[in-house]
Amino acid sequence: MSKEKLSGAEALMRSLQDEGIELVFGYPGGASLHIYDALFKQQAVQHVLVRHEQGAVHAADGYARSTGKPGVVFVTSGPGATNAITGLATSYMDSTPVIVISSQVKAHLIGTDSFQETDMIGVSRPVVKHSFLVLKAEDIPTTIKKAFHIATTGRPGPVVIDIPKSVTDPDYKFDYSYPKDVDIRSYKPVEEGHSGQIRKAAKLLLASERPVIYAGGGVIQNDASEELIELVNFLNFPVTNTLMGLGAYPATGDKFIGMLGMHGTYEANMAMHNSDLILAVGARFDDRITNDPAQFALGAKKIHIDIDPASLSKIIKVDVPIVGSAKSCLRQLLNELKKNESKLHKEKIEPWLNQIQDWRNEHGLNHDMLQKPSPSGKILPQQVIQSLYKETKGKAYITSDVGQHQMFTAQYYHFDKPRQWINSGGLGTMGFGLPAAMGVQLAFPRATVACVTGEGSIQMCIQELSTCLQYDLPIKIINVNNSSLGMVKQWQDMQYGGRLSQTLYEDSLPDFVKLAESFGHVGMKVEKLEELESAMKDCFKLKNKLVFLDIVVDQDEHVYPMLEAGMALDAMWLDKETKTWE
Amino acid sequence: MKRVVALLMENQSGALSRVVGLFSQRGYNIESLIVAPTDDPSLSRLTMTTEGDARVVEQITKQLNKLIDVVKVLDLSVEDYVGRELLLIKLDSSEEAEAKVISLGGQVLFKNESILNAEFVGSSEELDKIVTSLSESNLLEVVRTGLSGISSTSKTLTI
Ligand SMILES: Cc1ncc(C[n+]2csc(CCOP(=O)(O)OP(=O)(O)O)c2C)c(N)n1
Ligand SMILES: [Mg+2]
Repeated sequence: MSKEKLSGAEALMRSLQDEGIELVFGYPGGASLHIYDALFKQQAVQHVLVRHEQGAVHAADGYARSTGKPGVVFVTSGPGATNAITGLATSYMDSTPVIVISSQVKAHLIGTDSFQETDMIGVSRPVVKHSFLVLKAEDIPTTIKKAFHIATTGRPGPVVIDIPKSVTDPDYKFDYSYPKDVDIRSYKPVEEGHSGQIRKAAKLLLASERPVIYAGGGVIQNDASEELIELVNFLNFPVTNTLMGLGAYPATGDKFIGMLGMHGTYEANMAMHNSDLILAVGARFDDRITNDPAQFALGAKKIHIDIDPASLSKIIKVDVPIVGSAKSCLRQLLNELKKNESKLHKEKIEPWLNQIQDWRNEHGLNHDMLQKPSPSGKILPQQVIQSLYKETKGKAYITSDVGQHQMFTAQYYHFDKPRQWINSGGLGTMGFGLPAAMGVQLAFPRATVACVTGEGSIQMCIQELSTCLQYDLPIKIINVNNSSLGMVKQWQDMQYGGRLSQTLYEDSLPDFVKLAESFGHVGMKVEKLEELESAMKDCFKLKNKLVFLDIVVDQDEHVYPMLEAGMALDAMWLDKETKTWE
Repeated sequence: MKRVVALLMENQSGALSRVVGLFSQRGYNIESLIVAPTDDPSLSRLTMTTEGDARVVEQITKQLNKLIDVVKVLDLSVEDYVGRELLLIKLDSSEEAEAKVISLGGQVLFKNESILNAEFVGSSEELDKIVTSLSESNLLEVVRTGLSGISSTSKTLTI
């Protein structure tokens, strides 16, 4: 490789190019001036100027989640760095590959409380997979290489690279070369599952009479959907997906029993609770899934495949823990099962499948609400999602914010493909939806991208509407407007005697149509069910425009089923009056 | 039950704060923690003691292992190990005090008319007893390093 003299800032840009990065999201400032000048002098890496650093990280995250490739962010020191924290925490909780390159004050000023100095390494420490402080320009290429390696392998996660301004000094040049590979002695993620454990797992699977496959975000992250589907087809077992795992197994697939957990379907929660075997893949028995861990699926043996050893038996003790990547372990499991095909008796689980079907018939979700006006005469949020599904033929990329609208989307939009559903599951970050949609739309300029949001969430990163105009991002914003912080209100309705403490806005909401228009976009508003479908049509017809579709929905609608806290998975509210337990 | 976990980590800035940060972040209670560079200067060795059941300690070791700077972790207390700590004390100087230190197996390191410094090495329980029996002799100051440990099996914490 020919040696070339580059400054730290130039080396940074070149390293990103050599890493294959085409897009970064960011916002400049004093400490990052050298970097932005080096950016200006090259063409290979395109920069997207957001309006707030939180938006930059969410956008990079949306890009990463939809493509599987790492998302990259530039922020300046001090406030630029701290503004990135919510985005980092969001990425950390959902294990997505995001790299934040933060500028820092000049090296000799570190620790002196100098202008715009924040200890970014310290502040970000609990919400990153790893971080680097670069103190020599020569270290930039290897640090970048390591950062991408760490962010994208094993259990993915965000990495911060903090670079003092002095390290990017244009006058100091060194021989640039980009390392071909990395070797970090303390970091060697295991891909392949232990063969003995795989054999044990296969045995349990073949012996089971009431099995459930419980698949999470790890299957999507690891591109293991194909293996999962093959396994399901082979075994004929029912599958449930977590909120993060929607799309891992197709929602319209015949073995799908819906999402599980807090707002999971009746049949998925009942199946988990009554099963004799749970195969968990790339999921982590989070408290939104298990309800009371001490009462969780007590009759079930548990097999758990996860790339992160620390996830195994963290909350629920499992019988067969398997450390490895979802893709590799599922493939190994399939091979092992195929060797023992003679022991597979599909008819053995017929009664179980019938039982699940009965549960579905009894209390399953109603996916046909569109034609039927609600008693209140108002549009129901479920109808919005059903209309969205119909209009986009289930093929859109959907990002969401956080709240009731998020849960309704998870329940009613049938995600058939991995990476199609992009939401903040772990941290539950309001404000995620719009910037995440920007990342998706930039990754797939021709794709249909919709952001399902609420009037509360959308206002948390509303400034990004301006970014959308600058980069011509024709995102469709579906604002499920219930004039309230609906999810919090729901808890207040159910558990606080309907005392709506600070969940209403007293007529202070903006006119979203005018607001969208003032940002240079199209705004539309719908209030009647009869107009919903045609408005949805008009919205998606405007292929090259961002459309903000403000839909006034019934404020009193709740998300059901809903688990009752402190109980087992079979304790659910099915509507405002009906519960499954005594 | 008392647990002793030892680990090797990269000897570089930030590594220790990540380890310590993990304890507070995940709500683990650490009783003592001791750290120093090893004979391989690129590595530091840390020994910590904690109270907890096997499940908690398993989580701690797994979470520690996940830190990129941590090279290797060993729960010493699952098998035989020896653990020792150093106790340094300051006493009012006197003949009796010196005799007491020596009778308890300590070594006098410094002495003048007013001050006597001594050291003791032992298991944590031994040192507890020593501190109790010295408490009658005008102890001015006590400092303990926290436990350092090494396994007594063929398992080694090396790379
Ligand atoms: C940044 C942030 N602050 C607070 C919350 C708590 N919270 C969860 S859902 C919710 C209400 C969201 O309201 P809206 O976006 O209108 O959605 P809706 O539930 O009404 O559909 C709130 C405040 C959160 N998740 N994120
Ligand atoms: Mg709302």
